[in-house]
Amino acid sequence: MSWLADIFRSRKPEPATASQAKERLQIVLAHERIGRTREDFLPKLQQEIVAVVARYVSIDPGRVNVSLDRGGDMSTLAIEIDLPGPGAQGGRRASA
Amino acid sequence: MAEVIVVTSGKGGVGKTTSSAAFATGLAQRGKRTVVIDFDVGLRNLDLIMGVERRVVFDIVNVISGEARLNQALIRDKRVDCLQILPASQTRDKDALTKEGVGKIIEELSKDNDYILCDSPAGIEKGALMALYFADQAIVVTNPEVSSVRDSDRILGVLQSKSRRAEEKRDPVKEHLLVTRYDPARVEKGEMLKLDDIREILAIPLLGVIPESESVLKASNTGNPVIMDQESVAGQAYKDAVSRFLGEKVEHRFLEPAKKGIFSRLFGGRAA
Ligand SMILES: Nc1ncnc2c1ncn2[C@@H]1O[C@H](COP(=O)(O)OP(=O)(O)O)[C@@H](O)[C@H]1O
Ligand SMILES: [Mg+2]
Repeated sequence: MSWLADIFRSRKPEPATASQAKERLQIVLAHERIGRTREDFLPKLQQEIVAVVARYVSIDPGRVNVSLDRGGDMSTLAIEIDLPGPGAQGGRRASA
Repeated sequence: MAEVIVVTSGKGGVGKTTSSAAFATGLAQRGKRTVVIDFDVGLRNLDLIMGVERRVVFDIVNVISGEARLNQALIRDKRVDCLQILPASQTRDKDALTKEGVGKIIEELSKDNDYILCDSPAGIEKGALMALYFADQAIVVTNPEVSSVRDSDRILGVLQSKSRRAEEKRDPVKEHLLVTRYDPARVEKGEMLKLDDIREILAIPLLGVIPESESVLKASNTGNPVIMDQESVAGQAYKDAVSRFLGEKVEHRFLEPAKKGIFSRLFGGRAA
């Protein structure tokens, strides 16, 4: 009876997507326009934070995890650095 | 002195060549001496859309490298007076275009033309930069679709920083928004970005809205710029846009879904 399900499915109106398109564009362009007039500081900020941490503990550059979420009102930059413990077992974590 | 107009977009396949052909033909129909230059070196297509592909002998790269004189490369349109086409090269690559070479061609064409239209290739590299460098005005062709709007915004940034006007700190390139492939029925259903949203986001003056139309394919099949088909909505919309470009006040049309009669609703009539 899958044809019956198909009929009902096709009746359900799809949500309009154009408004999502507009919202997403407004956010991404707000960021790109800033980048045009001055350099995006986030990559540099990340480098400097990692450098500061490296001054105090030796860290493995391969174990630095960076994630960025560019939002409309607020962006979040999360930097996770695995710190080797004194016994070099497991390691502690620092978050910035 | 001619006005140099670049038809640009960043993104490919949005209707730059279709619009360049229509605009050049429309301006010439209004008595303006017009040359349209294909900057898409390696992917020549304006010749086909203008229906002059069989008459191409020399191209812009031949002129720049001194293998041919400008007069030899220009193709005179047989349908409209005072319209000429300068084709792109099909065999060379975009590095064959130089600022000096293009500058000289534009300077020479400026002497006895009113408008020089530059049909830009996609992207923001050499070919696109050459097409926009000498521009006084820009027609930014945009589809109601996220990637096209984003790329248009990007190309506006390039116009404001890398054009000759920007470099020489003169008045900025005058920007015009041309929305193409607009489908009012899909906009009404909320499936497609609406005109007001695009205008709000890009925030440049609106020159025209060209509806999605089957006659554009018919026009390219036969090599007649769609503006010559005044039965079609796209042809009429281009004609309106040319009038606006020349300073006339013309209402925007074709922004609402066409009212379909019972007949076409039953038999699935489409926009001409
Ligand atoms: N208003 C329109 N309605 C329907 N198809 C269109 C319209 N404008 C352009 N097209 C089609 O879109 C495609 C790309 O157009 P083209 O002018 O070659 O774009 P570009 O030069 O930007 O790459 C072509 O197949 C063309 O026929
Ligand atoms: Mg093209």
